[in-house]
Amino acid sequence: MTFNIYDFTSFNRWIDEGLNSFMSPTWALITEMAIIGIVFLLFYAVVGLFLVYAERKVCAFMQNRVGPNRVGPYGIFQTIADFIKLLMKELVYIKDSDKLLFNLAPFIVIIASFMALSAVPFAKGLHAIDFDIGILYVIAVSSLGVVGILLAGWSSNNKYSLIGAMRSGAQIVSYELSVGLSLLTIIVLAGTMQFSEIVEMQRNGWFIFKGHIPAIIAFIVFLVASTAETNRGPFDLAEAESELTAGFHTEYSGIKFAFFFLAEYMNMFLVASIAATVFWGGWMPFHVSGWAGFNTIMDYIPPFIWYIGKTAFIIWLMMLFKWTFPRLRIDQLLTLEWKYLLPINLVNILFMAFLVLMHWHF
Amino acid sequence: MNSFFKYFSDIFHGVKSLLIGMSVTGRYFFSPGQIVTQQYPENRKNLQMFERFKGEVIMLHDGNNQHRCNGCGICENNCPNGSIEVIPAKITGEDGKSKRVIDKHIYHLGMCTFCGLCVKNCPSNALGFGQEFEHAVFDRSKLTKVLNQPGSSIIKGVE
Repeated sequence: MTFNIYDFTSFNRWIDEGLNSFMSPTWALITEMAIIGIVFLLFYAVVGLFLVYAERKVCAFMQNRVGPNRVGPYGIFQTIADFIKLLMKELVYIKDSDKLLFNLAPFIVIIASFMALSAVPFAKGLHAIDFDIGILYVIAVSSLGVVGILLAGWSSNNKYSLIGAMRSGAQIVSYELSVGLSLLTIIVLAGTMQFSEIVEMQRNGWFIFKGHIPAIIAFIVFLVASTAETNRGPFDLAEAESELTAGFHTEYSGIKFAFFFLAEYMNMFLVASIAATVFWGGWMPFHVSGWAGFNTIMDYIPPFIWYIGKTAFIIWLMMLFKWTFPRLRIDQLLTLEWKYLLPINLVNILFMAFLVLMHWHF
Repeated sequence: MNSFFKYFSDIFHGVKSLLIGMSVTGRYFFSPGQIVTQQYPENRKNLQMFERFKGEVIMLHDGNNQHRCNGCGICENNCPNGSIEVIPAKITGEDGKSKRVIDKHIYHLGMCTFCGLCVKNCPSNALGFGQEFEHAVFDRSKLTKVLNQPGSSIIKGVE
């Protein structure tokens, strides 16, 4: 076995050959899928729980508080305790609710974020599906989550849920545009939609440096729009706990509520991963072309650490947004998108296309 | 043309004010020495309460076990949820006249909302707020308290 933390391809081949040596290819494929599924489930649960803890800690520090500090050292087991509590809570049946859709909605939300996660490259070789239209796939799949939110609001038989869901619909329909266009700016520069190739192209400099001004504008637009797309503060109108109690998940309890909660945090993680991969080079170490010695030193840090570091920084930025800015009104939200982000984005794409034509990028 | 410039100046002003806000929270994040919350059960020994904290209603007594309450009942009348009962007594003073004094000032802590109307309306400032706040007991009847201490009397000159 050749386990190498810098390149997982040989490790994957070793598992593949090991499985194929004693089963038929079909069964080997099914076993591999099952293994990947279990790995992703575990990853999903661990990252989700950790992000909830991180959010509470980060929020506390930004407000000069201590945050959870009772369960375990520094309160690290707090979210596990919360999760056990949620598992044991009663699943309340809502009178006159649409039972099928009510039960289906959390699964749609969680499946959408789960599917999108599969296209994210974590490290070289640590990549579940490498589509040649990876970015398109992620945009398409991650916007499925809003269907779950709309279903949850509709089936709850509650006016607050419905208002929250409708706001979420309006919000995602508008901000999806900015997310797509800001990613398109980078696609113009990269010339490909395949995640592995996008990462590979950033070997001699991340796109945010290669594409300089338009890439930075696209990154800021992507950050704002994707914060809105994940229904996080200051764009959390769909929840708006001070107006709509909890918005679309008012009527959910126990593990169904936990699904929405986990999916929200995983969407944040997913968006941060996409931003890290497309703009900051994903697992690619920080390279400056020409500085061979510097580049070799950077190569010693494992790619997975690079990936996690960049993602964590972007998640921290999104938490900083949430705990700094007040919530927008629905008209302010739509003004921001249609009057500011979208025109800037369209001009930015033209600018980037011009830049690529003139070879003004690095 | 004016609105054209306004569009861009709006963007820059918006971004600028957002960055100011982010720098404030970012500075708090990176200076964890500035924690303002207190760790309650651990700091119980040296816990500092503040003068204005409304822990419970108390009757102020001086060193000679004397208070300023003359049993007028204004606190009882002002209490919105009836958590005060004033039981007056009549005594005969030195000049032979009968005088109204407090026998028992009964205070139901379990019903009190700490609104402070009794303290505010007391004409002789006999009531005040104490800083005691650990009121949990196993029996509800323990929450009914008599505020005037046994054997206490009224300060001369406030009736």
